[in-house]
Amino acid sequence: MPEQTSRTGFFTHDERHRIGFPWSKSFDFAVQNLRNRFTRSLITMSSLILAVAFLAFILVNLNIATGLVQFGGTEFASILSEMGFDVDTALGTVTTGPKERWIVLLSLLVCTVGIINAQLMSVTERFRIIGIFKCLGALDSIILRLFLIEAAIIGVIGAAIGAAAGIAFAFINGLFNFGVAALILVSLFDVFISFLLATATGFALSIIGVLYPAILAARMEPVKALNAQH
Amino acid sequence: MEEKQIIVRVEGVKKTFKMGKQHVHALRGVNLEIYTGEYLSIMGSSGSGKTTLFNMIGGLDKPTEGKVFIDEVDISQLDAYELAWLRNRKIGYIFQTFNIIPTLTALENVTLPMTFAGMHHEAATEKGLELLDLVGLGTRHQHKPLELSGGQQQRVAIARALANDPAIILADEPTGNLDQRTGEEAIELLRTLCRERGVTIITATHDYKMLNVSDRVVWVKDGRVEKVEKRDELSISLGTIGEKER
Repeated sequence: MPEQTSRTGFFTHDERHRIGFPWSKSFDFAVQNLRNRFTRSLITMSSLILAVAFLAFILVNLNIATGLVQFGGTEFASILSEMGFDVDTALGTVTTGPKERWIVLLSLLVCTVGIINAQLMSVTERFRIIGIFKCLGALDSIILRLFLIEAAIIGVIGAAIGAAAGIAFAFINGLFNFGVAALILVSLFDVFISFLLATATGFALSIIGVLYPAILAARMEPVKALNAQH
Repeated sequence: MEEKQIIVRVEGVKKTFKMGKQHVHALRGVNLEIYTGEYLSIMGSSGSGKTTLFNMIGGLDKPTEGKVFIDEVDISQLDAYELAWLRNRKIGYIFQTFNIIPTLTALENVTLPMTFAGMHHEAATEKGLELLDLVGLGTRHQHKPLELSGGQQQRVAIARALANDPAIILADEPTGNLDQRTGEEAIELLRTLCRERGVTIITATHDYKMLNVSDRVVWVKDGRVEKVEKRDELSISLGTIGEKER
């Protein structure tokens, strides 16, 4: 332990002298960063919004279809089958066709890559600031926390906007294809669950996207971060 | 002279960088002792290894070989937390490119290290204003770095370096991006801090203006310490150096 070898009490530290960064400050700083880099944040957010909107659209379409099959009668079932849904009239359940499932999976995958890319850029752009932070005594965990808070804010806002947009679009689409019945028969509770599911997915994508670059940045030697070219 | 206490000891430090397949020897074995409260200048042309040495002393980079002791503690033995603590409380850094955070105001820049150190907001603000007053920027604390001149930005950086009352201030080319007059002001400020607060000041520089205020000068060439001169020895050779500069 360094305390034993130190002669002048250079390294003696007690509880009062801990390194830290209060949560409220971290939050303020993250919000300020987002505001200062507003367009940049929008770009990061836009790929997230698109991915979540698409997911929400598919989910709510399914909700509408389920509502139609359960309460609407058999004529809807045949229309839905024609449109590519897997309809089970006996159980009253509807699932998407395998093709559609593939498209959802692929598009989410592509969006994840897009989000990671955007987050990677937003971290590498700030290597220098990370270097300064480290020179001033910031711990790795403080830097990691700042980026995670930022990603969480982007994640929640972006995912909520995306999910809302996707649901709105699904309703318009349902209205267009099946008339007012689509909106009357759909279970709002199911739609709400879909909204939560899509938002949570988007939030998770945002966090996953920032995790790798943020860990990379937090572990950097200060000199490397300060002199990093971007 | 009273007994001098060693605050920084550099022992056989070597640093090799890999540039593709080539190995560049930035430092080839440096031994150096720095005393508490002195004003030490590390002089050398660019590429001599002085910035590398500076980074080693400040714990910003790790030597390939050899050891750096700060107050008899080998800093390579410190864990991440202790290293952060060292950077936060014991060492203040000043850079050629100022390195203040552009999105924060002058005051926020100065209080940031205090926040890391766990100081309360009000106390930090009060001390931050005090420090900005000290460097002559008391009235401009709400300005963002881009609204300040180079000399003023460097003064913000000096105030920030002082935030947690460090024992050592490391200044890498502090006057490199400043003109003659503001450079002199910055040097004068550092000198005053050294005298009045007993802060050990270590600068890496090739600015000959620094020589007048330094207690000792370490000349670095090709990754080695060429010679160490005290100020009284310096004044003799200084004339000729000044001549060459002009």
